[in-house]
Amino acid sequence: MTSPRPPHPLWLLAEVTYRCPLHCSFCYNPVDFAAAGPELTTEEWLGVIRQARAMGAAQFGISGGEPMLRDDIELLVGEARQLGFYTNLITSGVGLTEPRLAALKVAGLDHIQLSFQDATREANDLITNTRTFELKQEVTRLTKEYDYPTVINCVLHAANIDHVDRIIEMAVELGAEYLELANTQYHGWGFLNRHTLMPSAEQLRRAEAVTDKWRERLGKTMKIFFVAPDYQESRPKKCMNGWGEVFLSVTPDGLALPCHTARMLPGFEFPDVRQHDLASIWYDSDLFNRFRGTAWLPEPCRSCNEKEKDHGGCRCQAFMLTGNAGATDPVCARSPQHGLIDNALELAAKVRSGQLSQPIVFRDSKTSRQLARAF
Amino acid sequence: MNAKVPADARPRLGRLFRFQWEPAQKAYVLLYPEGMVKLNLSAGEILQRCDGKRSVAEMVANLEQSFATTGLRGDIEAFLAMAEEKGWVNWNGGVESAS
Repeated sequence: MTSPRPPHPLWLLAEVTYRCPLHCSFCYNPVDFAAAGPELTTEEWLGVIRQARAMGAAQFGISGGEPMLRDDIELLVGEARQLGFYTNLITSGVGLTEPRLAALKVAGLDHIQLSFQDATREANDLITNTRTFELKQEVTRLTKEYDYPTVINCVLHAANIDHVDRIIEMAVELGAEYLELANTQYHGWGFLNRHTLMPSAEQLRRAEAVTDKWRERLGKTMKIFFVAPDYQESRPKKCMNGWGEVFLSVTPDGLALPCHTARMLPGFEFPDVRQHDLASIWYDSDLFNRFRGTAWLPEPCRSCNEKEKDHGGCRCQAFMLTGNAGATDPVCARSPQHGLIDNALELAAKVRSGQLSQPIVFRDSKTSRQLARAF
Repeated sequence: MNAKVPADARPRLGRLFRFQWEPAQKAYVLLYPEGMVKLNLSAGEILQRCDGKRSVAEMVANLEQSFATTGLRGDIEAFLAMAEEKGWVNWNGGVESAS
C-alpha cells in the first residue's frame, strides 16, 4: 500500500540545457531534444531551487546537456548553496575555465563530477565526435588545484569496455578519489544505438574481473563503482529508488519529471514549473502519482515477493520495449516479455560480430530534428 | 580504548562531507556527493565537535561535561572508528580515504 502522503523529494536535478558540445552516441537525453521549448530563465531556475529546498530537498544537481554552456551556473549554485543544498555539478569539463571554476568555488560549489569517455585520445574523440581529450585532462588538474576531490564518471559500452584496465590506470594517474564505471543506460540516444553499445557477457565478465583486481590494489585510495548494464541483469532496478519518492528532475524547458527520461512516456501532461508550483506538482500531479508506490503494479509484479525491492523496474524501459509504460520491466526474468531482452542481446551480438551493420547515430541537433519519434 | 582511535587524534570532517541541521529531517545530517546520512542525536553531537582542533580526549571530556555524565569514551571511540572507516572523518594528516 502507498502511504497517505508521499515523502518529500531529497534530490533536485536541474537539467539546465540540452545544448552540448559533445555528440555522445550513448546520451540519455531525449532524441527529439531539438524540439524542446525555450530554456528557463535564471529567475525561473532560482524559483525552482527555492521551492525545492522549502519542500526539504537537500541535494542539488546541475547537468544537461553541458551545463557550462549557460552563463548563470555560478548564480544558481550560489543560491542553492546559501539555502543549504549540497551542490553537485555534472559536466564534461568543456567550458569549465579557470575563472568560472574560481567563481563556482566562491559560490560554494561542493562537488564536481567529470565525465570521461575513454582513456585514449582516439577513443574519446571517436565516441564524442569531438577533439576534447586533452581538455578533459587539463580540467581535472584544474579542479584539483581548487581542492575538489576528483570524481570521474566513464560510461562503458562495447567499444571501450575492453579498455577498462587503461581507464582505471588513467583515473589513478589523474589522482581520482572516485571512479564510476557505469554501463550505458539504454535511453534516448543510447536506446537508438543500443545494439552497437551493448557489450558481450564475456566482455562484461573480463571488465569486472579487471576492476576487482584494481580494487584490491588500490584499497581505500580510490573507490570504484561498477554499474552493470541493465539488460544483462536478471532483476530490474528500482526506478529512481521509487517513482516520486526521492527524485525530482526539471528539464531545460521547465517540465518537472520523476526521472530524467520520463518525458518520453506517452499519455501524460507534463507539469510545467512556469505554470504550477513544485509542491502541487510533486504531491498532486497525475505524472508523479501514476507509478508511485506498488499499488498500481500489474501481474506478475503484484504477487511477486520482490515488488517492494524493485517496484517493477524502470517505466521508460518498459515503455521503450513493450509500448506500455505500466508493464513489468522486461529486464526481469519473471516478465512474460523477457524474450525482448534476449532478442536485443542477440541483435547486439550480430552487430559486434559484423554479421549485421548498424551505423552509430551521434547526438546532434540536426539529427534530433530529423527524428520524429519520442525515443 | 579503541586501538584505531589514538587519544591525541584530532578528527575533522572528510572534505566531501558537510554537516548541518536539516529542518525537514529534524535531525543533523551528513551531506556528501549525491547522498545524505541522517544522524541520531549522539552522532550529531560527536560530529559537531570534529573540527580538526579538538583531540578525542578533549571531545570526550567536553561531551561528558555537556551531558553531565561519565564513561562515554568507549562509545565515542567506537563511533569515530566507524566514521573513519566510512570516510566521514579523518585525523592527524592521515591519508584521506574515499568513503
